[in-house]
This record gives sequence, C-alpha cells and structure tokens, in this order.
Amino acid sequence: MSNPTLAVSLDQTPETGTSRPLTRRDFQSKQEIRWCPGCGDFSVLNVVQKVMATLAVPPHQVAVVSGIGCSSRFPYYVDSYGFHSIHGRAPAIATGLKCANPELSVWVVTGDGDGLSIGTNHMIHCLRRNVDLNILLLNNRIYGLTKGQYSPTSDFGQRTKSSPHGSIERPISPVRTALAAQATFVARTMDSDPAHLAQTLEAAARHRGTSFVEILQNCRVFNDGAFDAVTARENKAEGRILLHHGAPVRFGAGDRKGLVIRDMEPVVVHLDSDGVAEDATLMHNAQAKSPALAELLAALAPPDFPMAFGVFRSVQRPTYDELLMDQVRQSKARRGVGDLHALLNAGTTWEVE
Amino acid sequence: MTTDIDTCCGLVEVQHATVRFAGDSGDGMQLVGSQFADIASLVGNMIRTMPDFPSEIRAPAGSLAGVSGYQLNFGDEQVSTPGDAPFVLVAMNPAALKVSLGDLQPGGLVIVNEDEFTESNLKKAGYPENPLADGSLEGFRVIPVAMTRLNDEATRSTGLSPSQRARCKNFLALGIVLWLYDRPVQPVLEWLMLKFAKAPDVMAANGAALRAGYNYANTTELLRVHFHVAPAKLPPGRYRRVTGNEAAALGCIAASHRAGRKLLYASYPITPASEILHELSRHKEFDVLTLQCEDEIAACCAALGGAFAGAIGVTGTSGPGLALKTEAIGLAVMTELPLVVINVQRAGPSTGLPTKTEQSDLLAALHGRPGESPVVVLAAATPADCFHLAFEAVRLAIRHMTPVILLSDSFLANSAEPFAIPDPARLPELRVPTPKADNGDFAPYRRDPETLARPWAMPGMRGLVHRIGGLEKQDVTGLVSYDAENHRRMVDLRAAKVAGVAQSIPPASVEGPAAGDLLVVGWGSTYGAIAAATRQARAAGQAVSHLHLRYLNPLPHGTDEILRSFRRIVVPENNLGQLASVLRARLPLEITPWPKVTGQPFLIREISEAIQELLSRE
Repeated sequence: MSNPTLAVSLDQTPETGTSRPLTRRDFQSKQEIRWCPGCGDFSVLNVVQKVMATLAVPPHQVAVVSGIGCSSRFPYYVDSYGFHSIHGRAPAIATGLKCANPELSVWVVTGDGDGLSIGTNHMIHCLRRNVDLNILLLNNRIYGLTKGQYSPTSDFGQRTKSSPHGSIERPISPVRTALAAQATFVARTMDSDPAHLAQTLEAAARHRGTSFVEILQNCRVFNDGAFDAVTARENKAEGRILLHHGAPVRFGAGDRKGLVIRDMEPVVVHLDSDGVAEDATLMHNAQAKSPALAELLAALAPPDFPMAFGVFRSVQRPTYDELLMDQVRQSKARRGVGDLHALLNAGTTWEVE
Repeated sequence: MTTDIDTCCGLVEVQHATVRFAGDSGDGMQLVGSQFADIASLVGNMIRTMPDFPSEIRAPAGSLAGVSGYQLNFGDEQVSTPGDAPFVLVAMNPAALKVSLGDLQPGGLVIVNEDEFTESNLKKAGYPENPLADGSLEGFRVIPVAMTRLNDEATRSTGLSPSQRARCKNFLALGIVLWLYDRPVQPVLEWLMLKFAKAPDVMAANGAALRAGYNYANTTELLRVHFHVAPAKLPPGRYRRVTGNEAAALGCIAASHRAGRKLLYASYPITPASEILHELSRHKEFDVLTLQCEDEIAACCAALGGAFAGAIGVTGTSGPGLALKTEAIGLAVMTELPLVVINVQRAGPSTGLPTKTEQSDLLAALHGRPGESPVVVLAAATPADCFHLAFEAVRLAIRHMTPVILLSDSFLANSAEPFAIPDPARLPELRVPTPKADNGDFAPYRRDPETLARPWAMPGMRGLVHRIGGLEKQDVTGLVSYDAENHRRMVDLRAAKVAGVAQSIPPASVEGPAAGDLLVVGWGSTYGAIAAATRQARAAGQAVSHLHLRYLNPLPHGTDEILRSFRRIVVPENNLGQLASVLRARLPLEITPWPKVTGQPFLIREISEAIQELLSRE
C-alpha cells in the first residue's frame, strides 16, 4: 500500500515477516489488560483481533481510535497503531486520520457515554459524511469507569448511584440514531454470541463508508444482567430476532413466529396458529432505498417484542475521504500539481527595483 | 498633512496620505478601496489598509449600521499603519458622512455625492438639517459632486439597466480620487477588462464612470491643487498585496510544501478567521485538505488526527473557538504531536464584538489549559508577517513535536500591505527525519537529545507500530504509566522541550538604541503604530526604543537583558495589560501597561501620548 501524494514513503523497510496468514496473535499487544474479570469487553477484543486477522490487513496499516471510558482502553490492547484520545472525540480524530491517509483501516471504539452523550455531535456528523471508518459502540447502559452512574442508554426508571430514585430520562437508541444520521451500514450484535459478533464485525469492516455496530456488552460490576431479556440462554428463542438480508423475519421456537404490519404497527404472528401465510410476513431488506424498515426493526424491544440483531442497513454511497481525494485529484488534473512559485505570485504583483 | 490647499496651486508633494472611501454596504467601497491600494502599490508606494464593514450582512440601505468603509494610508516607507486620521473622505451618502466625519483631519477634504443628500436619506442618517447647507461642516473643505447624475450620464450609452448602471458610481468616485492623487486610470481599466471579460457591458460602464470621475475632477478644477505622494524605498523584489488571513493561508501551504507533507486544515466558520478556510479550500492541488467540521472541538481533533497520520495539521479559530479547543490542545501536548492553532483574536469575552479587534487572548494562549500544558506561542506583527509566522509555526511544531498557537487578530486579518514575495526555493527546508524501523525496539517517546522532540512515526509505517493517548506516558517507551516519579519527569521534559524552542528562534532585538530612557514593548498588530511613534520620538531626539515580541513562548534569548537596559518600560496592548503581567512576573522591573480596548487598533498619536507621558514621569 503506497500513498503517492505523501512524499514520505510509508513502507520504508522491506517486508520482514513471512508470508504466513495473519492470526489473532498478530494483533495482541503486550499491554496487561485491565478490564474487570468477566467484562464483556474481553469477548469483543478477542473477536476484533480475530476479524482483523481474517481481513488480512497488516497491523501497521490498522489504526484504532477511541475516546474515554472502559471500552476506550481498547487501542492499548490491539497491536496496531492506536490513539486513546479524549472523551467523545474519537470520530473527529479518526476523520482527520483517515483523510490524511485513506489507505489505513481505521476503527473507532466507543461506548454509550462516549459516543452518545458527550460525543453525539461528532458521531452523527461522521455517519452523515460517511467517512470510511468502522465504529464499534459498546453499549453497557451504564457509566462504568466513573463507577456506576446512569448513561444515555440506561432504562427509564433505572436505579444507579446518580439516580437513586430511578432515571427520569428516556434512553437513546444507538441504532435508531445511526439510521437517522443516514449511516450507510448499521448493525447490532452482542458480546455473548462470539459467532454473531464475528460475522457482524467482518461485514462492517468490509463495508466502504462508516460502519456503525452497536454491541450489547454486559458490565458485571455496575449493570450485570442488563441484557438478560434478550441474550440469556433461556430467552434466546423468544427474545431475539436474527436478521438476514432477503430472508423473512423469524423468531421463537422453531422460528415459527414472524411479523406483519397492521395500521403502520408491527404485529407478532404465529405461523402455525394465526392463519398467516409464510410469504405474507415481513421480509428483511438491508439494501432498501427507504430506511423505514430498518427503523421499524431497530425500534423492536422487550417486553412487547424481541430485539433484532444483525445488519439493519447496508447501502452504498461515496465515502467522504474518497470524495475529498477526488477533489484533490481533479484540482491536480485541472491546474497541475501545485506550483508554489505561481501561487505566491498570483494576482496583481509589482516589481521594486 | 499640513498643506494649505487654498493658497497653493498645481502639484504638491507629500510624504504620505490617508483616504477613506465610505458608503452603503452595497456601494462597492471595498472594491474601489482595494483598487486604489493596488494603484498606489504599482507606482511604488508603501500601503496599509483597513476595511471597516458592518457586522450585519444586509443592513438597511442608507442606515448608519449599513456604512462600509475602506481606509488606506499610502506613501513612503514610513507608512506602517492605516493612518491615524483620513485627509480625504469620500462619502457616498449622509450616513457615510456621519459615521466617518469624526475621524477626519481638521481641514480635511470631504468629497460627497450630493445627489444622495435627500430628505429621506438625511432622516435615515439622523440628520435634522442637511449638513451640506447648515454650516456644520465648517473646518473641512467640502466638495459636493453630483455623482449619481454624472454617473447616469456617463453610462447611459451602455446596454445596462438603470439599476445596473447606478452600481458603477463607486468607480466614478475612484476616478475623482485618482485625479486628486495624480494616479493613472489605465491600470484600473486593464483590471476591469480582466474582471469583466465575460460581461463587456459591465466593463464598459464601469470604465466610463471611472473616466467621467477623473475628467470631471480634471476639467472642473475640483481643487487648485492636487497631490503627488512620495514613493517608498522598499527592498528590491516582487511584491503583492496581502491581508493577514491570505498571508496565513499562503504560509501554511508554503510550509507543508517545503515539508513534503499534506496540509490538513480543519476549521469551523468563525469571524474573523473564516477567510483562511476559504483561501485554503481553493488550493487542493497542493495536497491541501480542508475539512469544515461540525464544531470547533471536532476541527481541532481532526487536525490532530491528521498530524498523527503525518500531515501538517492546522486548525484556525477566534476566541470562542479557542476556548472549545482547549481540551484537544491539551491532548496534543500529551501526545506530543505537531499541531498548529491559528487564533485570529477578536474583542471578547464570549461573543464580544465579532468584527472588532483585540489582543486579549494572550494569557489564554499561554496558560489557558488545565494541567502543566506548555505550548509555543507566536504572534504576527503585520499582515505580511502572518505568512512568515504561519510558516514558522509549522517549522517549530514539526521540529519540536509540539502544538503551536499562532496569534493574529481581526485588524491583521483584514488589513492589507505589500508582501515581498519569497522565492520558494529559498524558504527553509522543513523535512523532518522519518524514524527508522529498528528491530522491534522502536520507542515512541525516545527523544532527540537536542530538541527533546519524540519521533514522528505515522500509521502505515512498518515496524513502528505504537499507541499514544491522553494518559501519562512512560518516559521513552510511551506505555501508560501511573508512576509518580515518571510523571514528574515527563512534566519537566515537556516544559524543557518547549523552553528549548528558544534555541531555534532568533534572539530579541530592539529598534533604536540598545539602552535609554524608555522602551516600548509590543506584540502582535500594535507593531506599526509603535514603530511609527518610537521613530518619531527618536527623530525628536528622545532616547526611546521599541522591542517587538513575535515569539511569546518561549521568549527569545536576550529579552531580559534588553528590558533591564531601559529606565522605563511601557507596554501598549489591546487588552488590560496581559503581556505587561507576563513580563512583570519575569523580572522585578517597573512595567507600565498601556491598554486600549475599544475594538480599534492603536493610533500612532495614542502611542506618542504614552511615550510623552512616561518620559515626563520623574
């Protein structure tokens, strides 16, 4: 990978490694991991390292950028370039990084507080611009690093250190926020299902443009069991829908439940008892022109509905960094590579003898 | 100017002259003002300009709030400010007259468009009586010209509509002033041909108006005299006119070009810094990436992300934006990345006076960050100096791996002067060594022993993979460290690195004798007024010198010795005494602040008053 516009070559030394395929170990740093025992972040870290190896992008071409919070310690543990920045600003730093070197594979790791409280503004604008980044939002619905205050995704009524009488705030939905910001790739997955996590992250990484993945992540210490209603083994069948593009939306025992829309509202139907034909139920289409279906699926939540997981939306749109580079290329094609002498001498000039 | 215009006749030689064009914001005053500046430059004058436009985008026509002015001082090489008081005022309507009259020299010329002194326009300007008739302009030489009517006649034969033709009268006014100062019309006609090549009717109408104004003044003997302004003895070379913001943009491009890096300029629109973004966004062929970000914080972070990737990361702003960038600048201090922040100061605090000038962000730039957070601080002295200091800011940022704040201000941003165009090949080479991938023992915080800079290893480079962040770093390895002794060492190292920049910059030097009765210390845009006033004092035999600080942190070597060599020190600043307090904290000397916080730059006269006041103290 070379970058012709950078005068300094990025590949200064010959390939020193062998041509063996990359493994997870190639992305493991020597830094001691300091998350609490049993934290869902471990699972996400393992899977991310595996996916990075699968993608076969060498570690020196990868950069992980984070903000502040438990999940934002992530870059220290991945043996790639990393930038542990300030609270909420990772998307902005990653935008500058990606624009300055579009060859890089840039990952943003953020949390519910970092990405959707202090940094919501940057998140929304990054998604709208479609900068080619992979954004992983680890949602544990709690402030962990500051020891247990409610977060913007905490449930209404949730009792925490800073809401002893119950939170009086409605939670923000990461997926619905991303859809509203016109994100081109939006998915939801969970720490407790490494296979689903891996396939979702790989799809996200292969998408060109901003990929936004909400990862439900359990905080053992301050919010244990927050996602039991959808992730616990006994709730798997009734609590979650696994979305597949082009396939009917199914859940329940033997996948015999589906959804229909009545009066603009989703309604659960049982295929064996409600007299609804198989092909009359809702099909998933992640590439639909309208984001309405994705929004409808994203809003499904217990107790009335299961929660949907997988890729809600995956559409193609030119990326910000690509468009920016196009303008640079076009300017060079039109005016030639910048001539400093001509620039400085432009306009009305005069000579003093 | 003391010429008695009623007893002389013919062409009178003067050393310099100050003219102000004032009219409605739609009257094209900025355009003819800058044209006049170009003509003055072309015939060899030193110039310095100052536009004054309303903060409202479209204030009601004829209102006081809608007056747009362009002041120009031109003459020999002594010209260093836009002029204390205009000798000639061109007033296109009653509001323009009312707004500007108080600034005019006693006995000055007032050229008014008498056609616009209608009852309705007089009322909009708040004149109960017509000032052209009620004797209130006694003490000035008033020259009423029927500009609207003359312009209408001159442009009638063109194919334009009456409203299009009416817009040409600024060129009629310019024609009159060109005659008054014995300047040629031909270069303006040539400029019109280029500018309106695709609109020949517009070109012809403006040209006709220009000639009509010139010929009217010539044939009616508007005055018995007209003036010839002495040319300047400027160093040989090719020149162009630049504003501070243009110059800063060019300096950034030149520096990134000489560094062989992309320039990533990230900014959020803010008065008076936006023109830097506008200018840079037009030059993508130089690998200039401009990002208009969602806010000031994002702009600073994107520039820092660009710097991490190996680009020249620059962000620009003004006071309110500098406040928002504070945390990200702290991150740049901790990660020791080269980040340039251009702060075009305006009158604050808060939104303040967005279009007025002030120098009140000095302490914010020096100290306005939590933690021990040293940065390099530079301040441009003149519009053209913005080029050199933008270049210098990049040089120091990448040589020392540190954030640099470059202070400009609203006055410099909009004021113009001749810029001696440098030969690009003779600008310093800014390439920094790329770290070598050594066998697995690359250490991101292993410092250069001379500059204490850490290596600039960019993502994408094999063998140099590392992590940085806002947590304290272990010396050399750059790993996260909570160790107390390590923190103390790193705080000291970061301070020593920035202090060591003094080795890379020129020592302090004074204009005037190296010791004496009074030292006038300035920084930033006060340069011109202080230089002129101290020169005048020395011409009058007074032992007054001028120290101008373009480097505020670290201060150049020799600063303390110079300060100690004078009996008294006065520091004129467009704030309540910020540099004075910095200098007092440094040396036990009596240092007198001389504040001006009216949103306007210092006049030469005001600095002279400070000098005489200080010299008269016993």
